[in-house]
Amino acid sequence: MTGVLSFTDVAVRFASTETSTGAPPVPPAVDSVSFTINRGEIFGIVGESGSGKSTLANSVMGLLPRSAQVTGSIRVNDREVIGLDDDQLRSMRGDEVSMIFQDASASLDPTWSVGDQIAETIRAHRTISRRGARAKAISLMTEVGIADAASRYSDAPHRLSGGMRQRIMIAAALANNPQLLIADEPTTALDVTIQAQVLALIGELRKNHGTTVLLITHDLGVVAQVCDRVGVMYGGKLLEVAAAEDLFANPQHAYTRALLAASPSGAPRGSRLPVIPAAWNIEDLQRLRQEGTE
Amino acid sequence: MSDIVPATTLLRVEGLNKTYQAGGPPWRRRRVHAVDNVSLTVARGRTLGLVGESGSGKSTLGRCILGLISPDSGQVVFDGVEVQGLSGKALSSFRRRVQPVFQDPYSSLDPRWPVGRSVRESLDSYRIGTPADRERRVLDLFDRVGLNPNLVNRLPTHLSGGQRQRVGIAAALASDPELIIADEPVSALDLSVQAQILNLFMDLQQDLGVASIFISHDLGVVEHISDEIAVLYHGVVVETGDVEQVMKRPVHPYTSRLLAAIPSSTPPRR
Ligand SMILES: Nc1ncnc2c1ncn2[C@@H]1O[C@H](COP(=O)(O)OP(=O)(O)OP(=O)(O)O)[C@@H](O)[C@H]1O
Ligand SMILES: Nc1ncnc2c1ncn2[C@@H]1O[C@H](COP(=O)(O)OP(=O)(O)OP(=O)(O)O)[C@@H](O)[C@H]1O
Ligand SMILES: [Mg+2]
Ligand SMILES: [Mg+2]
Repeated sequence: MTGVLSFTDVAVRFASTETSTGAPPVPPAVDSVSFTINRGEIFGIVGESGSGKSTLANSVMGLLPRSAQVTGSIRVNDREVIGLDDDQLRSMRGDEVSMIFQDASASLDPTWSVGDQIAETIRAHRTISRRGARAKAISLMTEVGIADAASRYSDAPHRLSGGMRQRIMIAAALANNPQLLIADEPTTALDVTIQAQVLALIGELRKNHGTTVLLITHDLGVVAQVCDRVGVMYGGKLLEVAAAEDLFANPQHAYTRALLAASPSGAPRGSRLPVIPAAWNIEDLQRLRQEGTE
Repeated sequence: MSDIVPATTLLRVEGLNKTYQAGGPPWRRRRVHAVDNVSLTVARGRTLGLVGESGSGKSTLGRCILGLISPDSGQVVFDGVEVQGLSGKALSSFRRRVQPVFQDPYSSLDPRWPVGRSVRESLDSYRIGTPADRERRVLDLFDRVGLNPNLVNRLPTHLSGGQRQRVGIAAALASDPELIIADEPVSALDLSVQAQILNLFMDLQQDLGVASIFISHDLGVVEHISDEIAVLYHGVVVETGDVEQVMKRPVHPYTSRLLAAIPSSTPPRR
């Protein structure tokens, strides 16, 4: 099997941003992470808030700020991407690799209509008339569940609701049938019915174009619906990788077990929910790491 | 959670309407009826869960209640006083007593300020406590939302999405509000941090009698912490009442669809 995306011993450190002196040194945001995603696979990443999921995702296309130092090896279609310059990375974006960012507001241009932003993405990667791109953009907007898409085409981003903006980004990312899709929390603002519709679109993309997907989510329902395998992150480390069904049936790591137990569904209404100590609490981190390797 | 003693009303929304002009060339412009004749009440110390599909008007309703946008018609009455037309001291007191958690943790924090300052902002502007008290309060709030106190001097762009969302929650709690309007406050959080925030909301409700409107697309979350629930559909409240009752006997087809689509916690594969 061929790996479309592989991480070997990847670490990311941010240069200290503390303005106060005497603050303790900041541990790496991503710490010796290794795994490979196979062609056509949907690989999920779940884990603690602040555990390095977005940092890992953004490291692939060189999208981290300059203060970040990336070490190890990241290969896309067998090509090393660490150290590529901006031009080389730009040429990979769009049809080879496409991204959905966690931050919808930063990836949409506030001064431009949402429809034109999708159409422009389409035109950047193939020869198609303006009118054709517009029609394709409207049909993509409809596919992600935006009602009355033709009349919403000309809306500026601030005229859409949070979940509608998120779906505009998804439409733009799917527009060119990418080989590799990196999606960072793509469904956080969507209710289950629309979420199912978006997940089905990603599933179709995989089926029709063999797209490989790295899907970051904290929603275990999403993992169960579409992911083949899933990795669990905590404190910058990848704690375990498992087939999605095994993760639910037989979680290996203490953190994973605790995470599954923290869900409100099934707990009596109004009851206190169990909480896992945060990874920045070093003692707890070490304890959990030890427990996990038993 | 249900009371025999009738609870006193803290917030009353009466016949609220808000329409927007959709973009595009003038001859094709359409009006969007974002909030359509909405009436609801929140009792002191109660939690109202507000659900509805994406684009159904939840954030717009929240912003109208907060007085951040003005409705086309209708009334918002907080603690017996109509909110529209408040000014001076009365407005400042309303702003202190009713606090928002905004849906987008990326655009709601001032990008130039270290996040500790965003949390301290309301303490400073309402002159709550001594400067030393404020510093302590900020650290305590960071702790309550599960944030490393070492992060107080970071700029928002140097934090993860979920960390920013928790800064927004800490900022809303700083001035000890009586009503919190929390718009998708746990949407970016993993299950464990989400559990910590839900516990925090339940503590605030029980210990300090804080009321909230909890907007979420996650019915499991809403069911866990709400007393009442309201379902918005195309700007209209199509269903409202006691949580258990609504979950057991949904009246509107959209509510039934939502309930049917909830995946169980450890769902079988595809
Ligand atoms: N630009 C930056 N400078 C310094 N530290 C950063 C920067 N961006 C992120 N961090 C830190 O790196 C760690 C990992 O952040 P990251 O955004 O990858 O987390 P995440 O797993 O995506 O979390 P979430 O689920 O909350 O989005 C966090 O502790 C965060 O504060
Ligand atoms: N400033 C605006 N100009 C024009 N239309 C707007 C504006 N703000 C909101 N709308 C429209 O009003 C409707 C309701 O939007 P709102 O943000 O209240 O939805 P929501 O229920 O919060 O959705 P989500 O769950 O996706 O956040 C949408 O159709 C939206 O496009
Ligand atoms: Mg993230
Ligand atoms: Mg909203």
